[in-house]
Amino acid sequence: MGFLDRFFKEPSWGVHPDDHKRPAADVPLRILPTPSRVYMPLQQHVGGAARPIVKVGDRVLKGQLLAAASGNISAPIHAPVSGTIFAIGEVTAPHPSGLPLTAITVESDFKDEWIEAPTVSDPFSLAPEDIARKAAEAGVVGLGGATFPSAVKFALGKRLKVSTLIVNGGECEPYLSSDDRIMRDFADQVVDGVRIVMHAIGAKEALVGIEDNKPEAIAAMRKAAEPYGEVKIRPVPARYPMGSDKQLIQTLTGKEVPSDARAAEIGVLVHNVSTCAAVHRAVRHGRPLIERIVTLNGGALQNPGNIYAPLGTMVGELLAFAGLKETPARLILGGPMMGTPLAHDRIPLVKGASGILAFNAREAHRPEAGPCIRCGSCADACPMGLLPLEMAARIRAHDLEGAETFALSDCISCGCCAYVCPSHIPLVHYFSHAKGELAASERSKLRSEATKRLAEAKMARIDRENKEKAEAAARRKAEREAAKAAAAQATPQTQGEPA
Amino acid sequence: MSLNFAAPVAAPYANTPNSTTRIMVTVMLALTPATLYGFWLNGWPGIYLWITTIAFSVLGELLFLRMRDKSAGDVLLDGSAVLTGWLLAASLPPWAPWWIGAFGGLFATTLGKQAFGGLGQNLFNPAMVARVALLISFPVQMTAWVNPPHLFAPGALGPLDGLMVFLKGYANIDAVTSATTLGFGKTELSRGVDLLQSAAHSPALSGYGLRPGSLAETSAWLIAAGGIALIYMRIISWHIPVAMLVGLAVPAAILHGVDPAHYLSATTHVLSGGAILGAFFIATDYVTSPNSPLGKLVFGLGCGLLTYVIRSWAGYPEGVAFAVMLMNALTPIIDTYFKPRIYGRNRKGAPLAI
Repeated sequence: MGFLDRFFKEPSWGVHPDDHKRPAADVPLRILPTPSRVYMPLQQHVGGAARPIVKVGDRVLKGQLLAAASGNISAPIHAPVSGTIFAIGEVTAPHPSGLPLTAITVESDFKDEWIEAPTVSDPFSLAPEDIARKAAEAGVVGLGGATFPSAVKFALGKRLKVSTLIVNGGECEPYLSSDDRIMRDFADQVVDGVRIVMHAIGAKEALVGIEDNKPEAIAAMRKAAEPYGEVKIRPVPARYPMGSDKQLIQTLTGKEVPSDARAAEIGVLVHNVSTCAAVHRAVRHGRPLIERIVTLNGGALQNPGNIYAPLGTMVGELLAFAGLKETPARLILGGPMMGTPLAHDRIPLVKGASGILAFNAREAHRPEAGPCIRCGSCADACPMGLLPLEMAARIRAHDLEGAETFALSDCISCGCCAYVCPSHIPLVHYFSHAKGELAASERSKLRSEATKRLAEAKMARIDRENKEKAEAAARRKAEREAAKAAAAQATPQTQGEPA
Repeated sequence: MSLNFAAPVAAPYANTPNSTTRIMVTVMLALTPATLYGFWLNGWPGIYLWITTIAFSVLGELLFLRMRDKSAGDVLLDGSAVLTGWLLAASLPPWAPWWIGAFGGLFATTLGKQAFGGLGQNLFNPAMVARVALLISFPVQMTAWVNPPHLFAPGALGPLDGLMVFLKGYANIDAVTSATTLGFGKTELSRGVDLLQSAAHSPALSGYGLRPGSLAETSAWLIAAGGIALIYMRIISWHIPVAMLVGLAVPAAILHGVDPAHYLSATTHVLSGGAILGAFFIATDYVTSPNSPLGKLVFGLGCGLLTYVIRSWAGYPEGVAFAVMLMNALTPIIDTYFKPRIYGRNRKGAPLAI
């Protein structure tokens, strides 16, 4: 059947939304003037929040460490501007909850004085561990959106002897073009970063997957990679979610990542093009990750395009720089397919923010959800081969375990199903809810198991103690009786003994 | 500057321009050529039957929505009730009396659909539920075929005469009754006349549709063209139509090859009755068919085979409606056993080996 599908329907998964990438992608990169204050959240990555090492009133240089990594999976935070620490307090998190997040506020002195940084002229003479250490110290995390600390992935790749580095230049999300821009404008940095990452993980080759809707980026990258045979530029069909790790691996290598395994276990590791450029800057120039290219796009903006901005810049300042035509009907951090809704614009730019979208009312319009007509569009679109309609039907009936039998946990929340649904059912919303509930019940199950284990251990201990006490008492009693008996026996003996 | 937004909604923030209404309307457009052909072939009574069936189908939906305290406007706009009525009308004898269309239309959307909970909830195809109910309740009216002069041809009924036939019946108009190829063959076989002898008198079969039959079922090519257009537009997939026609044609070809005196040819089977309409428009109903490609193939094959079995050995000359309904009942089971393979897992759902 899969074989017939190939003739009748190619590719067999995903959706093809209107990409809205141009004209924003073609506008030359603009540099944001240094903002007066930046707000650096301590948690901009997967893992433990960074631990502040500065005090209010301290003077810091651009690139100076503000907060150190804490724990095995964590990343440090550096000052995006030079100036003084204004406050260590709370800002709204770039998260749908809008909950507060601790952040270090730096007031800029507008001097942009860089901290002295060690440069390395030949990173390939360094040991792989040193590259990982430098990336870790620079606070480099996955810039494709996952924000997983890169050094941890390097170590994993090294340990599992990864042979192929997949470089993700897919950028399949509509509206976004920050990766496109970095490949067009800084192709040399990206390719150098790719080679450094290859060295760090010991990979033999790198496959750079770029969607074929970015011909300029492909040309620039081909030119930059020309001297290096091991870095192969591979255009891939423009199809959402091509930029998802599993789908890109499958497209470029033909391999599938087993559902219970990590990509590294089948010999591949995926890094984003922007991450590679960040690794280049971190290793060669000792520059920490304090700036990034962010796409500002959407119908509510006057001058959409890509902006090079310090991290910690308030979203409102970026919007003002791009010019607002009208009050946006919706603000999104990231792309429209998997992005995060922002409650307001007083939220700082973080490491994983590839785009900020200001939608006008027409773009933000979501039709009313209707009943499922079982058309199966969602199942056809699902890049994981799941049955969203069946899972949603069960979640609606509060049958979360039933939904799990359809491999709900394999859902990558890409949004293809909800995008393609002719009844506009918010399927991802259903799945997020169910995953949250299942995780919570899993946690409470673990907790009650732990409690049960402790209680049982206590009972066992009390039993043991009681038994020991009883045994001790019995022993003592026996000893006493034995002594008594001995005494009783001894008495007649003495009596019977001749005087 | 300060902005505030209402409660968040989960991503994605983009949606397809497609909608349920658009799907229903596209299917109706695909049905239009065959329907217009049916109008031309059968004259005014057929047109009135079509209008009446759809009207009562919508009325049934409306009544039930009222009873369920649902707002009727949005639901009626989705077009599903119109399509149900249309498909039912397409499968009715074109000169059937008005109450056949009215009863069938009401039955389809009330007991066939809304009683299960409305759009997307029904186990059986509503149009086929109504057709089977009619066939069992009114076998005479449901198997009375006509061969009238075509619309606008000399001797054809005008709009008013057509209306009279539609409302009062056509017992007094002679020389129009006819039989279908399937029905004629079956009747003759039951009299002991085998197909080789009866073939000479059998009503001619025509791929273009110039033959007696249900309102919009006769023109195999126009229906198939509409169906192929739907496949091209990805409204339906090719799996069910292809599997159903294969399931019907293969046993027909084999048995006809072995014993042509008792078994009709594969061409006759495919071009007769509701086979083509069923394969492209009825069996492919989203709500009542499986949703994995493999499941669709199984479902289609089942529809085809059962149609063949019913036509060849059961009491009724035509079996598409029964076959589709029997397979509808199996859809949940097919869906349970034929799921798509999940990325990173084998067919059984276990993770792939590294």
